[in-house]
Amino acid sequence: MATALKQEQPNSPNSDGAENVVVRFAGDSGDGMQLTGGQFTLSTALAGSDLATFPDFPAEIRAPQGTLFGVSAFQINFGSRAIETAGDQPDVLIAMNPAALKTNVDALRAGGLIIADAGEFGKRNLDKAKYENNPLEDGSLAKWQLLKLDISALTLEAVKPFGLGNKEALRCKNMWTLGLALWMFERDRQPIVDWLKGKFAKLPDVAEANIAALNAGHAYGETAELSGDGLGSGHLTSRTVGAAPSAPGKYRTVTGAEALSLGLVAGAQLAGLPMFFGGYPITPASAILHHLSRLKEFGVTTFQAEDEIAAIAAAIGASYAGKLGITSSSGPGIALKGEAMGLAIMTELPLVIVNSQRGGPSTGLPTKTEQSDLYQAVYGRNGDAPMPIIAARSPSDAFECAIEAVRIAVQYMTPVMLLTDGYIANAAEPWKIPDVSGLEPFPTTFLETMPEGGLKPYARDEKLARPWIKPGTPGLMHRIGGIEKGIDTGHIDYGAANHQKMTEIRRDKVLGVADSVPDQDVALGKAGGKLAVVGWGSTFGPIHQAVRRAVEAGKDVAHIHIRNIWPMPKNLGDLLKSYERVIVPEMNMGQLKTLLRDQYLVDAKPVNKVSGQPFTIAEIETAIEENLS
Amino acid sequence: MNEMTKITTTLKDWETDQEVRWCPGCGDYAILKAVQRTMPDLGADPSKTVFVSGIGCSSRFPYYMETYGFHTIHGRAPAVATGVKLANPELDVWIITGDGDALSIGGNHTMHLLRRNLDCQVMLFNNEIYGLTKGQYSPTSRQGTQSPSTPYGSVDRPASPCAFALGAGARFVARGIDIHKGLPDVLKAAHAHKGTSFIEIFQNCIVYNKDVFEEFAAKKTAADTQLHLMNGEPMLFGKGTKGITLNRKTLQLEVVDIVDGDWEAADVIVHDVTNRSVAHMLIEMQFGEFPMALGVLYDDPRPTFESAVVAQNEAAAAGKTPDLQALLSKGQTWTVAEGGPEL
Repeated sequence: MATALKQEQPNSPNSDGAENVVVRFAGDSGDGMQLTGGQFTLSTALAGSDLATFPDFPAEIRAPQGTLFGVSAFQINFGSRAIETAGDQPDVLIAMNPAALKTNVDALRAGGLIIADAGEFGKRNLDKAKYENNPLEDGSLAKWQLLKLDISALTLEAVKPFGLGNKEALRCKNMWTLGLALWMFERDRQPIVDWLKGKFAKLPDVAEANIAALNAGHAYGETAELSGDGLGSGHLTSRTVGAAPSAPGKYRTVTGAEALSLGLVAGAQLAGLPMFFGGYPITPASAILHHLSRLKEFGVTTFQAEDEIAAIAAAIGASYAGKLGITSSSGPGIALKGEAMGLAIMTELPLVIVNSQRGGPSTGLPTKTEQSDLYQAVYGRNGDAPMPIIAARSPSDAFECAIEAVRIAVQYMTPVMLLTDGYIANAAEPWKIPDVSGLEPFPTTFLETMPEGGLKPYARDEKLARPWIKPGTPGLMHRIGGIEKGIDTGHIDYGAANHQKMTEIRRDKVLGVADSVPDQDVALGKAGGKLAVVGWGSTFGPIHQAVRRAVEAGKDVAHIHIRNIWPMPKNLGDLLKSYERVIVPEMNMGQLKTLLRDQYLVDAKPVNKVSGQPFTIAEIETAIEENLS
Repeated sequence: MNEMTKITTTLKDWETDQEVRWCPGCGDYAILKAVQRTMPDLGADPSKTVFVSGIGCSSRFPYYMETYGFHTIHGRAPAVATGVKLANPELDVWIITGDGDALSIGGNHTMHLLRRNLDCQVMLFNNEIYGLTKGQYSPTSRQGTQSPSTPYGSVDRPASPCAFALGAGARFVARGIDIHKGLPDVLKAAHAHKGTSFIEIFQNCIVYNKDVFEEFAAKKTAADTQLHLMNGEPMLFGKGTKGITLNRKTLQLEVVDIVDGDWEAADVIVHDVTNRSVAHMLIEMQFGEFPMALGVLYDDPRPTFESAVVAQNEAAAAGKTPDLQALLSKGQTWTVAEGGPEL
């Protein structure tokens, strides 16, 4: 997705000439497909290709083996040009069993290559996948190339010298498959070998067996090429996918959860504050808690609370006591935190609330992505309870958004919600490592001495922010709470005029955040014209590519991507009104669309998808076509 | 409490300029005074003291203490206090809560606060009723309590705050009565205990549950209805005419008569605040058959949560430099040179 280069040059010439390949690894949830995909991603990144990934796994940790609902898949799109999405259609599908084939084969482009582990296509597994006949034999896969290999048997053979039990030996299948994939795309095995040695440092036999499987898969590819197509109905050739042109600098791969965690750490450092992170385990947000819990040397305290409410309440308590309070969850947990968010709004304490959105409502689709918590973020609290909201568009963007969320929280003494989603959290992309010295600090000041005229805990600065006063500061004792407070004093005050005024101040303070936010730009295309495609969050990639193709085809289309969901950039209304039509593709039933209509009276039209899968470029292209005709 | 420099203050230093808004005659007034009177004796520093409360009549308490104060949301004071104490372990943290706040809506947080053993004092004002919402029965109301929400009497059995606390892992459990002169001593013991000090205070709600504790709180009959526990002292009441002993066959407590003050002959138990089993039995004593056990029932410190967190944070950070640039560059990296990728 978005590397630095692409952000700097969104109009770079198209891509169609350059090569890219989409590979999907699919298997049982116990087959290690996410690991295989992750390692393939690493080797691809190290080869300099640009890439985007889409891990897609079931909610069950180990669903019953061989079942359709237990299939776990990992898709990677990589190429020698800018990659913005995980790819619409795979070119290669690696299916480790019949269920994986059945649930994934329809996505494969016509003529694409299927590599199937024929050893798993026995009657029992075929039954579980609800195949009456063996699809590897009955000709039903004719529109694709098919390569059937008994990967199970080949793996068992390769790891024989290590004396593993049958079950353990079969666990090396994913490494055999990875070896084959590495050969296909001429990737280096060494990083994987190093990783295996580290991972199984205490089990050298297991490490060696996995390395042997990896090497065997790789060797098989070489041999297969030499022996032509004597391997069944398909054949293998290796393909070179070169490095993508990228801005000079040092790169690594990063997932959204990693980048967001790093951004929070960076934000805390730029604010000059120690961090307190209160969390409660929930998919897909837990990874942030995991990352931060290992960073104690950065002044990070992590607290796994007894529930979502305690997680945010403790973060509020820590902010009150002078640390940077942060909490994180996904939709259901965010719902539980609602009342406490109101407390942070009322007591005007800085706080960052991260929502890694997933499919809803209720438990919904825990492991699938969606953008359906926008209403919850903007409107989802009792009372007039305004709160700044920022949405990240990609893993690397999550780093910058996290810093921005911290800045707004401490400069405006307000809770801030940072929206990401399951796709961003889990997806990986190459990331040009930021130069820390280029990040602008925003040091925090606490009120530490008695002001002239006495202590007023709710006095305001030019941003309408109140002073931050740490308990423990000599002589500045005061009381705060969730009950409405008198202007300046902070004493309990239920007065009618006072509540009116305080509500207005809280609104104006948050609206004032727009003063510190850049004007809304046009990500691609020009201001004014026939059609604006407006997006937010992780739909950036498919929208950008679809608009790029349309612009190159001479169509009058622009892409507007909104990062600041609340308050919105000041020029957004005028910008939207400069187009004849506005469409809003979202992974929900039209939430940003409603917000835009409400704020600007523009006739924004929804383009909705809530299947738990990201938009494809083709889907956005279709919507563009429909709205231009 | 913390190891801290003792400060000289007077009762006046702990009073705010805010008008106290409890009902006239409410037991909360007596508790407020007891706390304000005790703070100077503790040598406490108002600048380092934080009162955190939830929601309910009792939870207005912080507004009346000239300290740092946070009136939070219903049931969540323990969670907020946990964040406060973890963020700054130097602070002396008091939690003010009620029976509904701590045991109904906030029961989960109370349980985890106690099991973690955060260093703080929890004052649970138990009036066996929801006062601020106008008199509904609460989780500590006795069976049959008639209230606006239970016009035919409540049918569910009440929770015992001290049994709950001990069951959740509390290392300090005490009981007091709002107007009782012994309350400051209980507060002092709670403050001296390092860890979560849990104090149940019987508090008279004169509007919605008037005199519900009268049978043991009344001064006139107190000698026979109250057992004042003192560490190292025999468990005597009724002006020394009665005592508590352990029946070694049934393993149950029993009331015994003392003849000529010879409590040793009657095998009366000497209170040992570190004896968890006896603490359980004292808490479970049914009033009527037994007197109401008051004072420090249990006090046996263990390492606190925040000290463990700080120690682990320090150990994990030891010898590491917080180099953000190095952190961002972790894992496998590659470099793209000027003019194109470097393979």
